[in-house]
This record gives sequence, C-alpha cells and structure tokens, in this order.
Amino acid sequence: MDPTRLTVREAHDLLVRRQLSSLELTRAALARAHALDEKLHAFVTFSDELALEQARRADERLARGDSVGPLTGIPFAAKDCLSTRGVRTTCSSKILENYVPPYNATVVDRLDEAGAVLIGKHNMDEFGMGSSCENSAFFPTRNPWDLERVPGGSSGGSAAAVAAGLGAFALGEDTGGSIRMPAGFCNVTGLKPTYGRVPRYGLIALVSSFDSIGPLGREVEDCAAVLQAIAGRDPRDATSLDAPVPDYLAGMQKPVKGLRLGIPKEYFAAGIQPGVEAALRAAIRQFEGLGMEIHEVSLPHTRYALAVYYLLLFAEASANLARFDGVRFGLAAGQGAENVIDLFLQTRREGFGPEVKRRIMLGAYVLSAGYYDAYYLKAQKVRTLLRQDFAAAFGQVDALLAPVCPTTAFKLGEKLDDPLTMYLSDIHVVATNPAGVPALSLPCGFADGLPVGMQLIGPQLSEDRLFQIGHAYQAATDWHTLRPPIDGGAA
Amino acid sequence: MAEPKPKAAGSIDTEMVKHVASLVRLGLDEDEARRFSGQFAEILDYFRLLNAVDTEDVPPASEQPAVRNVTRPDEVRPSLPRDEFLSNVPHAEGPFVRVPNVFDEE
Repeated sequence: MDPTRLTVREAHDLLVRRQLSSLELTRAALARAHALDEKLHAFVTFSDELALEQARRADERLARGDSVGPLTGIPFAAKDCLSTRGVRTTCSSKILENYVPPYNATVVDRLDEAGAVLIGKHNMDEFGMGSSCENSAFFPTRNPWDLERVPGGSSGGSAAAVAAGLGAFALGEDTGGSIRMPAGFCNVTGLKPTYGRVPRYGLIALVSSFDSIGPLGREVEDCAAVLQAIAGRDPRDATSLDAPVPDYLAGMQKPVKGLRLGIPKEYFAAGIQPGVEAALRAAIRQFEGLGMEIHEVSLPHTRYALAVYYLLLFAEASANLARFDGVRFGLAAGQGAENVIDLFLQTRREGFGPEVKRRIMLGAYVLSAGYYDAYYLKAQKVRTLLRQDFAAAFGQVDALLAPVCPTTAFKLGEKLDDPLTMYLSDIHVVATNPAGVPALSLPCGFADGLPVGMQLIGPQLSEDRLFQIGHAYQAATDWHTLRPPIDGGAA
Repeated sequence: MAEPKPKAAGSIDTEMVKHVASLVRLGLDEDEARRFSGQFAEILDYFRLLNAVDTEDVPPASEQPAVRNVTRPDEVRPSLPRDEFLSNVPHAEGPFVRVPNVFDEE
C-alpha cells in the first residue's frame, strides 16, 4: 500500500485501526512532496519539523483514542496566503518573501485543533492575481497531467499537489475561481463555500467582499470533512456567518432522486471547447440517470459577470494592498530613501510584480473622482442584477451545473503577455463570488488527455446539498479516482 | 442585443499611467508605463460592456447580503507582544520602527 495515494477517509480508517501511524503517513507525504516538487514546483515552503511534531501529537491522540476526528493525523498543505505562525507566508510575492506571521489564520488553528498535519505552503499567483500560477514571483507551478501546461490559478500549487499525492488535501482560497479552476485543470475536487461560511481572519486579503477559503481534495467526502472542521463563526471576522454548521458527512449520503438540476444556457454558449462540452453533456445524462430532474434555465446577466468581477476586484485590491509600504513588515528596500514617500515607492517598485501593479493602478483609476460612477458604482449595480439572476434560478432548481472553464489547461506562456485574454479564461467561475453563493468543482472527464471540470452552484449555505449531489456523482463515476502519470507509471 | 462599440482609447496615455502610479506609490520605469498604457486602454474598453445594462432603478450591492452590522463589547484584550511585532519590521531600531523623514525640512 502506498500511503500517499489514500484519500482522507481511507487514511483515517487505517489510522484509527492502528494499521498506519500519522508519522508514517506524514513521512511518506513529505518524501513524495520533496521528490516530485522538483518537477511540479507546487510548494513555496516545506514545514517538515512542524509536521513531524504534529504527527507525533496526532499519534498520541490516536493511541489514547480520545478527541479523534476525520482529519486527525492527516497531512495537508495550505495556500501561501493563509497565515501560519512560525512558518513563512509569502503570497508568492517578493514583498513578503521573508514574512513569518506571528499568528495563525483561524482556519489553520481549527485544522491544528482537529489534529491535521501541516507539511508546507503552496505556490500561487502573486496575491491571488492570476489564472495560471505563472504570476508567482518565485516560479510557475506545473500541471501534473502535462508539465508543459499550467495548473490553473490562483491556487495552482494546491491543486497540483493534491492531484499528485503531495498531501491528502489542501486549503485553498477562491476570490473568483481560484479553487475551482485549478481543481478542474488538475482533476481534483474543490469547494468555494458561501461567503462568510469560513472565517477569513489571518487570510491575506485580495478582495474582502469576495474571498472564500475552502478545501481541495481527491473526493467530495474529503472536502466535506475539511469544511466541517473550518466552518462557523469567528468573532475576529465580523463577516463570518453565525448560521449553524450542518453535519456534512451525514447529509451527503441522502439520495438525489427528484432534485432539480438547472443547466444555465449562457454557460454552454459559443467558445466552449468541444471536448469540454461533450464531458459536461455526459455528466448531465449521468445526473438524469441518478433520478435528478434536468431543467434549462437562464442567468441573463452572465455576459457582464467578468467585467463586474474584475472592476470590483481592482478597486478592492488596490485598497487592500495599500498596507504593503515597507514600514511594519515586508521587503527591506529603500535603504537610502530620503523621505517616507521615497521608501513607499522603492518598496513597492521592487516588491510587486507586473500583474499586481497593473491591478492596483486600475483599481485606483476606476475609483478616482470622475470615473467612480461610470465604473465602480455601475459595477455594483450590475452586481445586484447578477445576484437576482441566481435568486431567480434557485426559485426553479436546487442547483446549477456549468463547466468550470471553457477549455482544458493551456500551455505555459500562452496567455502571459496578454492580460485581458488571461482574464477571459475566468469567464465561468467569476459570477459566484460577487453573488456570494457556493460552488463545488468536480472532475467529469477528459478531453485530449487533459482533465475537464464541472461545477455545481447552489444558493447561499447549500454546501450540504452540493456535497450530496457531488457525492452521488462520484459514487457512480470514477473520473475523480484517476491520477496523473507523474511517477512515470500509468495513471 | 448588439455589442456596445468600444470607444477609442486615448485617455490612458503614459502620462496618465505615471500620474496614477504616483498616487498609489508605485515606482514605474518608462518601459512599464508605456506597456501598461496600451493594456489599460484595452481592459477599460472591455468594461464599457456594462454601459449596455439598464441600471436606472437598480441599487448598488456594496456588501454581502447575509451580513449585518456586527458589534462587540469595547474591552481591553491582550495584543501582539512587542518583540513578535518587531520581528517582521524591516527597519527596526531598539524598540522602535524606523522610517525616513515624513515632513520636508523647511
């Protein structure tokens, strides 16, 4: 048995039966991660020492048999925008290259309490700004299905690592597809929860009104176990929701017969790669076979979602990134600065990459006097219409099914010099974040040897329903069980 | 519905790019400013797509719907110890954060 191929549930079963120790599991994950990362570049930092200590503590808990949960002793890694006490947290930016947080993000604390084992931090597009993981200031991450292709972004390191078995699951973050798109490109399962379902304390913010922390795993059940551990109100995040957290693992087992699945016609319009559409059509037939009712629905403002999303992103990001000024933390630039403005200029010139600069400037521009109404206010109004689209659709159906991306993973460098073309690859994943609704990304087939992802979108706080539908699909199909040929062997 | 024709992009010249860069405290070189000005024009043109949407009676959605105002008791609680805070400060000196002149010498 190769412990790095186990799902969270399989590993948990062996751990509680004492047929495998967390230390063995963690050592195997670390060894594989160190070896394969030379090809994949999914990690910015490894935390071997912390991991081995956490694994020993988990083994003590397992030996005593008390307070053992589904994640106790399970190795994982977190996207590098999540603060980890004593473990470098860079956002894949030069400006934070040597930043070591003095506190944990709430989600990191909660996984520590659950007994999970942190093996490292995942590469990402700098500050989450990108769709390919090529905007990392350090190195691009490769797609384990084809090393010449991108893993998607911005949680590209997380998706590549989970696909390749470098840790059993990952904590990612989704501002406008950043969990779902790489999950789709790498054949893993990923959830963008309802806005506010998971507290953001300790997350280095990109867009405070969109950012959603969520799990990536090899199957729905693993994602449900992780959400169970990280969801729920935290007083340190005033926007986190007080709503009770349901028992996701129990709710997931319910049959889906009779549930209504909506197919938004706008997501199947021209421009979708034929192999992607074929995989989605096959999935629709699968859901029909599971007894679900299929309805065509319309989300009429879909074509405006990308403009709304990027406009609001630029605006909020430019404000959020103002804190990186070289005074309290971050890059030690500006040694010879004559005044404080000069210090800011030098720190930010050396510390930020081109995409970050682009977005900060565009954000300041669309918020500036004379343009505010035409750009920012207009986008906030159309955002209301996007929300109304979803509300109307969820009056007719229980969930929506859509492709994650119109294409499969593209080649490294293909879109890097053309920002607008890169933005357009997010066209199917951005509407959910301004609306605040949850979406679950699932593997649903292959086109020309590359994974195809689909997403189930539900109304606010319907994660239990999305897990239920996704679990029924994975019980009937085996796409999610296919592994990339990264070892040189067969998938 | 017809696609709205993007207007000619002339408003984002390199001078404007440099002006915005100085407002957000970003140092840019001439090359970057030139490259950004072309890209900004293209991206801002794309946003003009929104002009086609009638938002006459639509209120802006400035916050997430499920979240209301949240307050907490105004109580003193422990804050980060000074040493831990200073460990990330790029230019620390003793117990202080060192910065260059804030005001011009007159």
